[in-house]
Amino acid sequence: MALLVPAGAALVFLVLPLAGLVVRAPWASLPRRLAQPGVLTALRLSLQTASLATVVCVLLGVPLAWLLARVEFPGRRVLRALVTVPLVLPPVVGGVALLLVFGRRGLLGAWLDTTFGVTLPFSTTAVVVAEAFVAMPFLVIAVEGALRGADTRYEEAAATLGAGRWLAFRRVTLPLVAPGVAAGAVLSWARALGEFGATITFAGNYPGSTQTMPLAVYLSLEQGDLDAAVVLSLVLLTVSVGILAGLRDRWITSP
Amino acid sequence: MRVRRVRGGLAAVAAVALLALAGCGGASTTTGASPAPGTSGTRVTGAVTVFAAASLTGAFTQLGKDFQAANPGTTVTFNFAGSSALATQIDQGAPADVFASAAPANMKTVTDAGNGDGTPTTFVKNQLVIAVPKGNPRNITGLADLVKPGVKVALCAAAVPCGAAAVTALAAAKVKLTPVTLEQDVKSALSKVKLGEVDAALVYRTDVRAAASDVDGVEFPESAGAINEYPIVVLKGSRNRTAAQAFVAYVLSDKGRAVLTAAGFQAP
Repeated sequence: MALLVPAGAALVFLVLPLAGLVVRAPWASLPRRLAQPGVLTALRLSLQTASLATVVCVLLGVPLAWLLARVEFPGRRVLRALVTVPLVLPPVVGGVALLLVFGRRGLLGAWLDTTFGVTLPFSTTAVVVAEAFVAMPFLVIAVEGALRGADTRYEEAAATLGAGRWLAFRRVTLPLVAPGVAAGAVLSWARALGEFGATITFAGNYPGSTQTMPLAVYLSLEQGDLDAAVVLSLVLLTVSVGILAGLRDRWITSP
Repeated sequence: MRVRRVRGGLAAVAAVALLALAGCGGASTTTGASPAPGTSGTRVTGAVTVFAAASLTGAFTQLGKDFQAANPGTTVTFNFAGSSALATQIDQGAPADVFASAAPANMKTVTDAGNGDGTPTTFVKNQLVIAVPKGNPRNITGLADLVKPGVKVALCAAAVPCGAAAVTALAAAKVKLTPVTLEQDVKSALSKVKLGEVDAALVYRTDVRAAASDVDGVEFPESAGAINEYPIVVLKGSRNRTAAQAFVAYVLSDKGRAVLTAAGFQAP
């Protein structure tokens, strides 16, 4: 029972700002504001880029998590620490770092520009890259944790029954850690959706191509249009809560 | 992006913190609550917080140092950002003593909300130029060159003074430009040029002068039709009215004018 007090305080602390948004929303002008073209554009862009970024995180992050959890090699601990750096790095710093590598004069970007004529900054691809950069550690950590907790005897049994490494990974390991992958993907998606600092620094800000919902909210606030900022925030809040609440518990927790 | 520079020692920081804490919940009195223990009420001392447009970064930082040297015991702290962002912060209750905007429109937001103390005074003017990477690799000679295929341009957002002036100038030149990014203040737009991420940006003459080692400036005739006037005002919520008024007076004085002119600003 003594835990109820701090738990209640934590709940109030987390929920009160959301309630503030709902209370302060300009309900009278809400339909008119929602119909403005910029709102739906930013929302569509946010959802698309966050989902793409999550796909990238899963495709690249699951193998990385497997490497960190199952393969012994020197420097593994250092590598694991490096992989989680985007978690503690201020997002704007992440954006600056991405610019230094993928910018027009960046380490890789300069080569990309001269060889293929491709530049990343100020494109929707850049938004996906920035979001994937900040969201991937979530997936790697979640999946690595699931892999470490999974019983290796199943994989060993598969091996003794003649399954190759790839088959064992596909038919035994992955289904075993599927809830962990799903949980990590949900976390990555949520993180990518809310990303702001790296996006505005690396991808810039332009309606339709790089202005995601968080950027639109920030811009409205900067321009003094508090009502617009609240409306945009409410939309993002509703969509996020709707999707996250719609996820069944059993899909993201181990049996 | 906002840049906060704290001057003076630990005591000054503590003084600002104490003043800020004391001000929480709204100050009930605005009669120059200077922390000076002296007998004369006109002694200029204590902390002054100045919210100034990003384009004033170099000049005002210098003015702050000169003001502190001329008035020992004072500490000037700056918050440089886009004028629209600053106006929003002030109207939302941010603790500031002085506001210097890059356009009358943003100042009007503050005075309309009743946060100005007295009438704003125009203290300088500024003009746009096209900032290009050193050596002008794309051979930009005017606004029309900005829409050449493959040229990437950064503009300030329309709510920011330099963005509004850019819109006016581009309309006057009948150039339909689609920028790759709309930055929140003029320094961000300039940094995109410095980094080589864009081929050009519409910024102020003063910004190009301040970054002369990294960028070149290309003048264009339409900028004369979109000159920005910079007003300055003491704020109603100021907790150090005496020092705030002294700082504004310093900016308007000959010494202040000299620093601003040297930075490339024009006389009002």
